[in-house]
Amino acid sequence: MFKDLFQKKKKYATVPSVRDNHNRPKREIPEGIMNKCPKCGNIQYFKELEKNLKVCSECDHHMRLNAFERISMTLDDGRFFEYDSEMTSADPLNFPGYVEKLKQQHEKSGLHEAVITGEGTIGGFPVVMAVMSADFFTGSMGSVVGEKVTRAIEMAIQKQYPLIIFSTSGGARMQESILSLMQMAKTSAALGKLHESGGLYISVITDPTFGGITASFTMLGDIILAEPGAVVGFAGRRVIEQTIRQKLPDEFQTAEFNLKHGQIDMVVHRKDMKQTLAKLIDLHTVKGEVTHAE
Amino acid sequence: MQNELPYEQPLSELRQKIDELKRFGSEKGIDFSEEIARLEERYKKLEQEIYTNISPSQKMHLARHHQRPTTLDFISHIFTDFVELHGDRLFGDDLAIVGGIARLNGVPVTVIGHQRGKDTKDNIARFFGSPHPEGFRKALRLMYQADKFNRPIITLIDTKGAYPGNTAEQRGQAEAIARNLRDMAMLKVPIICVVIGEGGSGGALALGVGNRVLMLENAIYSVISPNGAASILWKDASKADQAAEAMKITAKDLLEMSVIEDIIPEPQGGAHKDVEATSLLLKEALTKHLNELLKMTPDELREDRYNKFRQIGQFQE
Ligand SMILES: [Zn+2]
Repeated sequence: MFKDLFQKKKKYATVPSVRDNHNRPKREIPEGIMNKCPKCGNIQYFKELEKNLKVCSECDHHMRLNAFERISMTLDDGRFFEYDSEMTSADPLNFPGYVEKLKQQHEKSGLHEAVITGEGTIGGFPVVMAVMSADFFTGSMGSVVGEKVTRAIEMAIQKQYPLIIFSTSGGARMQESILSLMQMAKTSAALGKLHESGGLYISVITDPTFGGITASFTMLGDIILAEPGAVVGFAGRRVIEQTIRQKLPDEFQTAEFNLKHGQIDMVVHRKDMKQTLAKLIDLHTVKGEVTHAE
Repeated sequence: MQNELPYEQPLSELRQKIDELKRFGSEKGIDFSEEIARLEERYKKLEQEIYTNISPSQKMHLARHHQRPTTLDFISHIFTDFVELHGDRLFGDDLAIVGGIARLNGVPVTVIGHQRGKDTKDNIARFFGSPHPEGFRKALRLMYQADKFNRPIITLIDTKGAYPGNTAEQRGQAEAIARNLRDMAMLKVPIICVVIGEGGSGGALALGVGNRVLMLENAIYSVISPNGAASILWKDASKADQAAEAMKITAKDLLEMSVIEDIIPEPQGGAHKDVEATSLLLKEALTKHLNELLKMTPDELREDRYNKFRQIGQFQE
């Protein structure tokens, strides 16, 4: 829908990809024909809701998306060349119940892990993109998420493409304990290299984003965007309320709250997200080439 | 005994018995020396049994022992000429982290660490060693200062985690931690990090991106406190001991997973039994690793640090 705005198409280099997303069977919507808004209770046709990018027509509530939906909404024609699609978690700690839980999460979501990485174009500009999915293990980061995100960052450095990461996460994957914690350092160190290479990194916060993800790559964007109402923070509301023995206001940790406190750059409505990303990338181009600061 | 840990109880019971026997003998003028010698022998054996088989959950209690030496204790025992520096130049001075310049074997270094309080009043001032963003930002400021003057950086890690408070969130707790992780990775001086007590989550890692990461023998290091893990996994915080076992939090576990490079032994019964001796062992380890790192060029140091963290993680593909 935005492609007419971008006449100057970039040449699009495709990489040998493990799997073209077009070959993936289209996911069926399990919820049925009607959907009830979790915020205002408005009942709407699922088809209408989808057309509205899963934003409630009554109250503007941005419903949670899985990685597939996010990719098809963001990249030109939904075309996406996925990296490392077959990477799956090991059970390095022999943690009780972890293997079974991974299997369950795969069956539930159709995903192999909590992040999908790859490349495509936005408004004609090639980008490396990582999209987290809260429907797999609450989007928690273990070794696989850390490794895939790090490889995506390294690819962005190598190809000199802008990097876009959509975050959503409950935090670190407890079942991989210290290895999960170290993924924060690994991804952040890779972003240090990207930063030094002059590459552009736009971080997009979606609901909800917490813990080790926030305290590593999410908050390291050159530009940080968030969807309206997205809740983002380091510690969870309940833990903070227990610590300070006070009830926190409703708007605590929302995108709007974080904007007010200087923690993010912009709150961007879902219908404007793609256009905003394209414009920001365009503002980093000189004569059609994406600039890399020296 | 107030400072005794639960698993040490059999020892103190036996000690009590020996003392009673001695007293009874001298009061009544009876010679129990043979009996006492036998019990002393048993005590020694029991002591060895108990202290060489400390379980992960026992280590968790040991790492949190209120008499366990803190960052400032180690600084005064290991370094000379310590000058503490304050503030993040942005908001305030967070006493949950201390830092400054000192000499190690005569060589100027920057030393930074989490600081638990010595008593309730001190603990309140220091937020029990759980930093706000200004603590992490003070640490980073001192690290940049070290980088500028080509001073090696030594960090001592001892925290339950970053402070979970509303003002901490407002001022960018997550951003402060993230920036430390990214920028520590880019510094061109040697960095040695030592977990001296509890290494809890992102608040610990924010001082933990080093060329060498070491742990004291009874220190623990994990992504979430065992109490927190238990309450999330089993909806029961009292199962912390069980979580401690499952989460592989000990120095030995982390060495096996190549997350740390070295384990620093502690005196029998733990660091708090002999702070002097522990400090000597820590100083020895710091000296050894620093001497190795000082042979590397600035670029090599950065690459070495990057590669150390780059290879951590296990997966299938
Ligand atoms: Zn609604």
